[in-house]
Amino acid sequence: MRQDNTDAVAYWSANLKLIRNILIVWVLVSFGGGILFRPLLSGIAVGGTDLGFWFAQQGSIVVFIVLIFYYAFRMNALDRKFGADE
Amino acid sequence: MELQTLIYLVVGATFALYIAIAIWAKAGTTGEFYAAGRGVPPVMNGMATAADWMSAASFISMAGLIAFVGYDNSSFLMGWTGGYVLLACLLAPYLRKFGKYTVPEFIGDRFYSQSARVIAVICLIVASVTYVIGQMTGVGVTFARFLQVDAATGLYIGAAIVFVYAVLGGMKGITYTQVAQYIVLITAYTIPAIFISLNITGNFLPPLGLFSNISGTEVPLLVRLDQVVTDLGFNSYTGHHTNTLNMVLFTLSLMIGTAGLPHVIIRFFTVPKVADARWSAGWALVFIALLYLTAPAVGAMARLNVMNTVQPGPVGAEDGSLLYEERPDWFQTWEQTGLIQYEDKNGDGRIQFYNESNTDFAQMAQEEWGWQGNELNINQDILVLANPEIAQLPNWVIALVAAGGLAAALSTAAGLLLAISSAISHDLLKGMLAKNISEQGELWAARIAMTFAIVLATYLGLNPPGFAAQTVALAFGIAAASIFPALMMGIFFPRINNVGASLGMLSGLLFTVVYIFIYKGWFFLPGTNQFPDTAEYWVLGISPLSIGSIGALVNFGVAYFVSQATQEPPQEIQELVESVRVPRGAGAATDH
Repeated sequence: MRQDNTDAVAYWSANLKLIRNILIVWVLVSFGGGILFRPLLSGIAVGGTDLGFWFAQQGSIVVFIVLIFYYAFRMNALDRKFGADE
Repeated sequence: MELQTLIYLVVGATFALYIAIAIWAKAGTTGEFYAAGRGVPPVMNGMATAADWMSAASFISMAGLIAFVGYDNSSFLMGWTGGYVLLACLLAPYLRKFGKYTVPEFIGDRFYSQSARVIAVICLIVASVTYVIGQMTGVGVTFARFLQVDAATGLYIGAAIVFVYAVLGGMKGITYTQVAQYIVLITAYTIPAIFISLNITGNFLPPLGLFSNISGTEVPLLVRLDQVVTDLGFNSYTGHHTNTLNMVLFTLSLMIGTAGLPHVIIRFFTVPKVADARWSAGWALVFIALLYLTAPAVGAMARLNVMNTVQPGPVGAEDGSLLYEERPDWFQTWEQTGLIQYEDKNGDGRIQFYNESNTDFAQMAQEEWGWQGNELNINQDILVLANPEIAQLPNWVIALVAAGGLAAALSTAAGLLLAISSAISHDLLKGMLAKNISEQGELWAARIAMTFAIVLATYLGLNPPGFAAQTVALAFGIAAASIFPALMMGIFFPRINNVGASLGMLSGLLFTVVYIFIYKGWFFLPGTNQFPDTAEYWVLGISPLSIGSIGALVNFGVAYFVSQATQEPPQEIQELVESVRVPRGAGAATDH
């Protein structure tokens, strides 16, 4: 795995950027939509309650799954691009 | 067929299956024992991880806690799923690349320090043993029900079965058994949920049923439920009634803890490639979500069924409450276990079930209707097991749920015991104290360590620090405060050195454990707590269940500042960190 040093730096910073974006969404749906912003979302009705309740009990879980598969897909592409795959 | 016979049959059949698989795949070498020879494909590994991770807390306990509290316990749902995002991007792929068998091994190598490794072993044992106590509580409740004995006897029988089961197996046995267990537990969880959702809302998908109208009416389920519970003085189901800071910290603590629990992390050591570790985390969450999307529906619908059962008529009417003489069968069965208790305080032979700590309501009820206090206590851990009986589902469904609860508890207990035993035999003995120990000797040491852990957890499980899911949440807090920060800093911050990481872990662990013990009793021994475990005594309203997030902050802070003040890690460690970050070459790393 001796490879070009700038490549290794670029690979790692691309990874960090991807992780940052994913964690922003992760915080927004769970702590945001599910807890802190619930009062703001209370006007949006979902099946007998409001959007915040939906995020807390269902929405965030679905988003988490999408996030992980998105990360795996993007990272595996990055691995190939930088020749870091196995 | 009679219910009891059917339960014996179904539970017996599933056990025979697990034991057959365990014998068929009996571990021969230590490599197979700990990491199944690294030959498990991602989807299978995801399914086994899901079974390993969804314990008695998820299966038996969680929906009950949501049912009796409502929205405020959504933390369990978000916390125990959100952690997989952290695991997938912050830990799993890099630890797989590192290619060792145990979590302390990584910490010992990365922080070039035997003491860091020993501290990691201690953190791992404290978190895992706490977790096993929660499992024992769940196993005890299940056996109490299906053998019709009291909860303590149920616990002893459960412990004996966990012992036979975990000590025989090893990881390879466990991986394939766990795939079978996943299938049993998810079937057992969803089938009754589908029946109940159809009954109440006419929608056969429970997650959609939760947000649907009650069949034949225009009233949404959640609106009806809010009404039914508030009529009896309880907090509304969908409302937010607790401290927001505490809810945020609790959710965070469960998330970080998920990513810091050693028995979950070692799962990702068993996949063939680094890329597979990422996919595995995704698949694990898909399989976990099948249960977690169903659980809130189970909770809400079960609560509605319970309320309608004990309060069949209008609240306050002469004949509104259920006559004790006319209580249903499930009520009587659970009374035998001591997990449902009834006391006729006002001597009218009826069951008044209401929120007596709501003083306005209680006073009004006393003056208007002569209610002398709440007469019914339902242990929240029984709700999922009792659910199919409450909804009057066929007997085979009830039998299936008993088998599912045991599958959940057994698979997790076995995974945890494996993590504990490998930390002791592999990290402490082979790694430090007795370097020349033979493979046979190592396996024996692992089994003896398991035995000790089971005995200790059973003893503490007799008076558990909370309902199964709450005890387990404590374990997550401990893992969040001690192990997760050390692993993450080891990968993302090359500047963190041996002293920083060791002191960080120690301070995170001590801070968290002391805060927990002050409220829950020292070493969870009942009666040794300094303060009662209620909101008015908590610092800033932060409960012992949530303190893990603060402990993690303490850990990060101490590690950072101490590392800045002490020597930089040597060159080869910086290189190690760089190599862990790149997937290429992972195959070779396993030959160490």
